[in-house]
Amino acid sequence: MAGFKVIQPGIFSLLQDAGRYGWHGIGLTTGGPMDRQAFRWANRLCGNNESGNHTNSTAIEVTVGGLVLEAKSHSSIAVTGAEIPLTINRQPAALWQTHQVKPGDRIELGYATQGSRGYLAVAGGFQAEAIFDSQATVPREALGGLHREGQPLKTGDNLPCPAPDQQLPLLRVPEKLRPANGSALLRVILGYQQHAFTEIQKQLFFSSEYKATDSSDRMGYRLSGAQISPSIGGILSEGICLGAIQVPADGQPIILLRDRQTIGGYPKLGSVLSLDLDRLAQLMPGDTMRFEPISIDQAHNALLLAEQKFTAAQLETVDV
Amino acid sequence: MSQTKLDISIAGENALIVYFGTEPNAQIAAQVSQTAEHLRQSMGDLLIDLVPSYASLLVIYNPLQTDHYSVRAQIRSATQNLLQSSEQQQGNLVSLPSYYSLESGPDLQRLADNASLSVEQVIEIHQQTEYRVYAIGFAPGFAYLGEVDERIAAPRLATPRQKVPRGAVAIADRQTAVYPAQSPGGWNLIGLCPEPMFDPSASPSMPVQVGDRVRFSAIDREQYLALGGVL
Repeated sequence: MAGFKVIQPGIFSLLQDAGRYGWHGIGLTTGGPMDRQAFRWANRLCGNNESGNHTNSTAIEVTVGGLVLEAKSHSSIAVTGAEIPLTINRQPAALWQTHQVKPGDRIELGYATQGSRGYLAVAGGFQAEAIFDSQATVPREALGGLHREGQPLKTGDNLPCPAPDQQLPLLRVPEKLRPANGSALLRVILGYQQHAFTEIQKQLFFSSEYKATDSSDRMGYRLSGAQISPSIGGILSEGICLGAIQVPADGQPIILLRDRQTIGGYPKLGSVLSLDLDRLAQLMPGDTMRFEPISIDQAHNALLLAEQKFTAAQLETVDV
Repeated sequence: MSQTKLDISIAGENALIVYFGTEPNAQIAAQVSQTAEHLRQSMGDLLIDLVPSYASLLVIYNPLQTDHYSVRAQIRSATQNLLQSSEQQQGNLVSLPSYYSLESGPDLQRLADNASLSVEQVIEIHQQTEYRVYAIGFAPGFAYLGEVDERIAAPRLATPRQKVPRGAVAIADRQTAVYPAQSPGGWNLIGLCPEPMFDPSASPSMPVQVGDRVRFSAIDREQYLALGGVL
């Protein structure tokens, strides 16, 4: 069987595809990559063509690092996202670039020096049986992943992937197209209960610096900073979209991410642009961020431009 | 229906939220379901997902293929001919066991104190009401049940707990629910239910569905453990 063996799972490594869609009605969240842009680049470097906006080949999301794999067959891999030192057979290997591996090769990720999440993709994608139409691992829901029960990767797991039918070209994402990690400016589309926040409260939110706290995970990032107070304490529970900024009574915002609950009753100021959630997802506890408001039309323009840029991007060929 | 009550707001870059009213009731619940069904059929691939709730419907669309103006128009068209009728299926009556105690319900004493009731009275009142499943969400199998007797209604915690145990029977305002899995949460905990609320390998994967009626019945510690409950 073509594939890889997990020698060491690292701190928290999850199989992720683009996410689980169409099941919010029974309360299932979407899951999927926290840094979607890095995930898509990793797949593209491995020749995994996207079919449609919400399907994509399954890759490994590595949080902080520590993953060690052994190749069981010939294949092509790429690692993108956070600055995580990568070695193949103990030789340093570049991120944001395709590498060929052969049986017995040891692929080792160190620990992030900048950012927090890396993506390891393989030609053809990792193969696992889908549950509710997706392989996305959601530990909180005990769904998805290799055994369909939401477990992170563990030592000894065998990760199947298709046998390669041809050798892929070695490609590299040009420097200028790689996102910069570090403190983030997050664009916000005001919405939901925005009228429950006075102008002064909004000004305070948009002029303050917030810090990611220890209680930040795939479900959401809890922030600490200027306390903002909505004029209402709770609402009739309603649907929560990706990036929603919810403000509980303690006034400390929570930004809801890939593994968010589908319904909730705290007032929400609006939602962060998904492109910027990818930057947020790379922040570690203690890292800082700021917010700026944009209109829904600006948001759509930004999404279309980013998509156009991704589609039109020319990858560099690596000379061997 | 009267269109004046319908309010469509932006939720995020690819989501609009439709408010059908401010109070949950059977007629609004029927309108939410009808609109969801209509959009599922009319929007095709432009629709990514829907989150129906008490009195609102979150519509998530593909922003690369449509925009919020067009989706608003589709929502208006979907809601134009909503039935006035408040006809509702009676739904199944589902009984859920609950081990109420200070051990399994860390907020029980506070609820009782705030309501000037005894702990026993709070437990009694919680069992007296026949609840309706208004929405499912927050987590797989998390069924929102209403309405809790106002004597024992209580606001969410100011700071949500990091960990609420699987099976926790909880109250938030006039809603009650059983946490189907361990998760963070801000509801007031009054007991533990041993019955699994979500099992992906079972069909159906949940013991209740939207529209069902639910009653809680008290069990003791031994019964809770015998039914597979964990403390």
